[in-house]
Parts: sequence; C-alpha cells; structure tokens
Amino acid sequence: MSSDLILRVGTKLILPFILLFAIYVQLHGDYGPGGGFQAGVIVAAVVILIAITFGHNAAKRVAPRGLVECMVPMGVLIFAGTGVAGFFLGGNYLDYSVLSHDPIHGHHLGIFLVEIGVAVTVSGTMVALFYAFVERGR
Amino acid sequence: MELVSSHLPALQIVIPLLGGLLAALLRRGVPAFALTLAVSWIMPVISAVLLDRVLTGGPISYALGGWPPPWGIEYRVDVLNGFVLMLISTIGAVIVPFARRSVALEVGERREAWFYCMYLMCLTGLLGVTITGDAFNAFVFLEVSSLSTYVLIALGRDRRALVAAFRYLIMGTIGATFYVIGVGFLYLLTGSLNMVDMAARLAAAPPEMARAMVAALAFLTVGISLKLALFPLHSWLPGAYAYAPSWATVFLSATATKVAIYLLVRFLFSIFGIALDFRGLPIVEILLALSIAAMFIASIIAVYQNNLKRMLAYSSLAQIGYMMLGIGIGNLAGLTGGLVHLVNHAMMKAALFLALGSLFYRIGTVRLAEIAGIGRKMPLTMGAFVVAGLGIIGTPGTAGFISKWYLAVGALDRGWWILVFLLVVSSLISVLYIGRVIEMAWFRPVAIQVAEAKDPPLSMLLPLLILAAATVYFGIDTRLTAGIAAQVAEFLLGGLR
Repeated sequence: MSSDLILRVGTKLILPFILLFAIYVQLHGDYGPGGGFQAGVIVAAVVILIAITFGHNAAKRVAPRGLVECMVPMGVLIFAGTGVAGFFLGGNYLDYSVLSHDPIHGHHLGIFLVEIGVAVTVSGTMVALFYAFVERGR
Repeated sequence: MELVSSHLPALQIVIPLLGGLLAALLRRGVPAFALTLAVSWIMPVISAVLLDRVLTGGPISYALGGWPPPWGIEYRVDVLNGFVLMLISTIGAVIVPFARRSVALEVGERREAWFYCMYLMCLTGLLGVTITGDAFNAFVFLEVSSLSTYVLIALGRDRRALVAAFRYLIMGTIGATFYVIGVGFLYLLTGSLNMVDMAARLAAAPPEMARAMVAALAFLTVGISLKLALFPLHSWLPGAYAYAPSWATVFLSATATKVAIYLLVRFLFSIFGIALDFRGLPIVEILLALSIAAMFIASIIAVYQNNLKRMLAYSSLAQIGYMMLGIGIGNLAGLTGGLVHLVNHAMMKAALFLALGSLFYRIGTVRLAEIAGIGRKMPLTMGAFVVAGLGIIGTPGTAGFISKWYLAVGALDRGWWILVFLLVVSSLISVLYIGRVIEMAWFRPVAIQVAEAKDPPLSMLLPLLILAAATVYFGIDTRLTAGIAAQVAEFLLGGLR
C-alpha cells in the first residue's frame, strides 16, 4: 500500500520492541501499572500498525481472521477455566488459594493466568473491530 | 457427586458461560446448537435441585472465590430467586428445540454459532442477576445480559432491527447508569454491596440518612423500570421485539423483563423493605398509576397494530402492568398474583411468539392482513395460539385467570373496588386484539399466499404445544405456580414487618 521506504523500514524496526513492551506490561501488571488489558491493546496495535503500513492483506497474514475470532472467546475461556480449576482442587469457583501449595503463591498464579486470558480477549476484540471497520462496504 | 452438589449455585452460571464460549469456538451452526441444547436442558435440573433445597432447608449461600459474604461476592438462593431461576431455566429448556430451524432460516449459516453464543451469554446474565446476592455483581450480570440482547436483536433479518437494537442500547445504558448511581448511594450509606448486609445496615440507619435513601430508591426504581419497560419508559420494547429474530423474541419476552421485575422486587421488599416503609412515599401510588396506564394504553395501541409481533409486544407491556400492579397492591394476595403472573405470562407469551415464529417459518410474514384462513392450513399452530390467547385474556380455566383472580382478591382486600373493575375492562380490550387474529385466522376464506402452508416440523411444534398445554394445566392445578408464589409473597412480606 505505502511506498514510503522510511515508513516501511521504520515500522519493521519498531515492531519487535512494541511486542517486547507488550510482554513487559503483561508480566509486570501484578506489581506495577499495566496488566492484561493494556498489554492486549498494545499487541492489537502491532497488527493495526502492520495493516496501516503494509496493507490489510499483510495484517491478515500475521493475524488471520479465523484466529482473531477464536481469540475473543478463548481469552474468556482461560479466565473461566482458571475459576473452574478451583472446583477440582477443593476450593470454590474462582478461588485461587488452592491453585498452588500456599495461598499467596496460588493467588499470584491465579491472577497471572487470568491476566493472560484478558490479554487474549482484548487483543482479539481490538483486531476484530479493526477488521470489521476496514472491510465495511467491501 | 459431592463435587457437583456443593457447587450447584456456581454451576448454574458457569455452565452456560462455558457453553457460550465453546459455541463461539465451534463456529458451525449444528454443533453449536447441539451444545446449546445440552446446556439449556441441564439448567432446569440445577434450578430444580436448588429450589427444592431452599424450600426444605432455607437459603443457600455460596462464597465466590472463597471470600466470605459481606466482603466477597455471595451467590444467595432463597425462595424468591429460586422461583425466578426455575422459571428462566425451564422456559429456556422448553423453547430451545424450536431454535434450530427458525434460527437457521432467519439468522443465516455464517452467524448461527454467534447467535447461540449470544443466547447462552444472555442466559448467563439473566441467571446471574437472579442468583447473585451482591448489588454490584447484579449490575455486571445485567450488562452481560443486556449487551448480548442488543446483539440478538441486531441479528434480525430486517434492517430496522439495527435501529431497534441501537434504541435499546441507548435506553438500556441509561437504565444501567441509573442503577449504578442508586447502588452507589446505597454503598455510601452502608459501606456494603452485599444485599443481606445492606438490608440489615439500612434498617439501623439513622433518620438523617433518609433523604439519601429516597434518592437511592428513586434512581434504582427508574433504572430498573427502564429495563423492565414499565410505561412510559417502554419505547425501546415494541421495536426490539418486532424486529429481533423470532426465536430471540420468544426468549426475551419470556425472561428478560421478568428478571428486571425480580430485581425491583428484591430492592423494594428485601433491601428497602425493612428500613424504609415505602408506603410513606407516593411510590405505591406512582406504581399503581403507571401499571394501570400500561394496562390500558398499551392494550389499546395493540388493537391497532398490523404487525402481529408488534401487537404482542404491546400486549407484553400491558401484561407487565399487571405484574407491577401486584407489587403496587402489595398485600399477600396481590403480590402472589403479580409473582404468579411472571410465570403465567412467560409461558403464554412464549407460546404466542412461538406460534408467530412458526407462521414466519412457513409463510414468511406475520402481517395480520396476510394470514387470512391460516387456521385451516396450520390447525395445531393456530390452535395453540388460540389457547395461549385465551390465557392472555384471562379466561377461566387458563393460567391467565389465576393471576387476575389473585390480583382481584388482593385489590378487594384493600377495598379497591375500582381496581377490580379496571382489571375486567382491560381484559376486555385484550379480547379485541386477540380476537382480531382469531377472526382473521379461522373465520376468513383461505388466502392464496397461505394455501401451501402447513404445520411446522415436530421440533418447532412440540415446544409450542407443551406451552399451550401448560397454559391450561396451570389454570387448573396451581400448586407449582401459585403455591410457590404464595410462599414467596409470604417470605417478602415477612421481611417487611
């Protein structure tokens, strides 16, 4: 789509750093600012940046429509599944204390898994919304 | 078994939630439907066990995440919400076989799996609002059900469905906002979001808090009234019901407004009841006046509708008036009448909308002018329509009569003769709009465009016939409906004293 060399090379250079930052925000979320929602938005921004610079089809090679549409329910499933794990380990629904040998570690693990679920759903939803707008009228 | 039985309150919500997510992941109509069917049929089993336990052993409390009640989110099942859970899950289970063909025709192959995902999300939300004992959690579930409802409506074939969904989106959001403001006031006053805890703290609240309490009550009442489409906050409902896919209309008309009414009853009787004898405020008079206005104005508008789905939507508004009337009358018989009408109206109106769904499936239209003589071509469908229609009118021997009887007895107990008269007159108006359809369907020569029509396949016919039969059965044997409703009313009024 765009023939601007600086834009294309610049985008390619910056992409891995955006993704790295997303992972940082994701993993840092339980003790500092950040978390699954913010990280999910940043990941979605990567796909949107590719679409703007290299065109819609390039973005679809990176994140195919089918994958994106699966990510939306999948993240919630990870969240709900973490809750269901509580059933089988002897606690109530969404009880993270039983996920590990001691309650504090269990809560840490529970939040970690839940945040991954949030990131998956948020990034999937963002990209799906973007695709829906791009493909409008086609 | 122990694992299942101790987690039943959570499973009531978690199973439809997981079902909805998996339905979206399956992406194909047939497997998604099979999953939906399985989930919908498990729901009433769980509700029945919960209701049975509550009736014999008192309220059940479930601490979500292991956090004990006033701090954590509590799922609390008592007679009132056990009764409503049973209603929603049973209606869902009965009508779900109808969905397969109706949804395949009206929603289209590509969107079927998303439709079932949204239906199960809506079911999750409605059951969640009902089962939770936490006022803010109720808001979250209210939004889960509302957001999925907007999608369900927008999936209708007619382009006007989009406008209808958008109108509902705006009105629903305003309603939800008012609800949160009301809950915010209560949180300021009590420092708690747990409903039981809130009620106890409000009961002990010093008199200088009374004004804030009135403000909270006002915001909550208006917010929830928007969701339950109490006249004159009903403008979203006729369009939404008319343009949503037929099966979505069936489900929403039978459950969504009922859950909002439950929430209002919960706030008025269980939470405010003890603290604020709302008989001192004109809220009863307002509710009575609005219910009577709904009964008459909506019924009269229904008489002039040519789109039958729209006609039944206005009829629903009038019936919501009857339920609110029961709350307004507020004595044992009146409240029983209002609550039993939740159940009776759910099955009668579901039957009527199922009949219209069958009509649409066969002849592709639900306009009154185009169904001349359809009764002779689709005798079972239109026969069921007549039975359920008689129920809506309130003919003796149908479930509708039972509700109106209790309402009349409640009004007489208070000495409100005029209300009994108004009940009878508004029933006569419903004779007009149901009668128009019966006249057109049975007493006109068969029109050319319906000459090829015949009754729908068994999977669609059976839910319709079951609901029509239930309309008659619960008009005669009222132990399951009015019996439990009377217990609920007694429980609610016990809290008031």
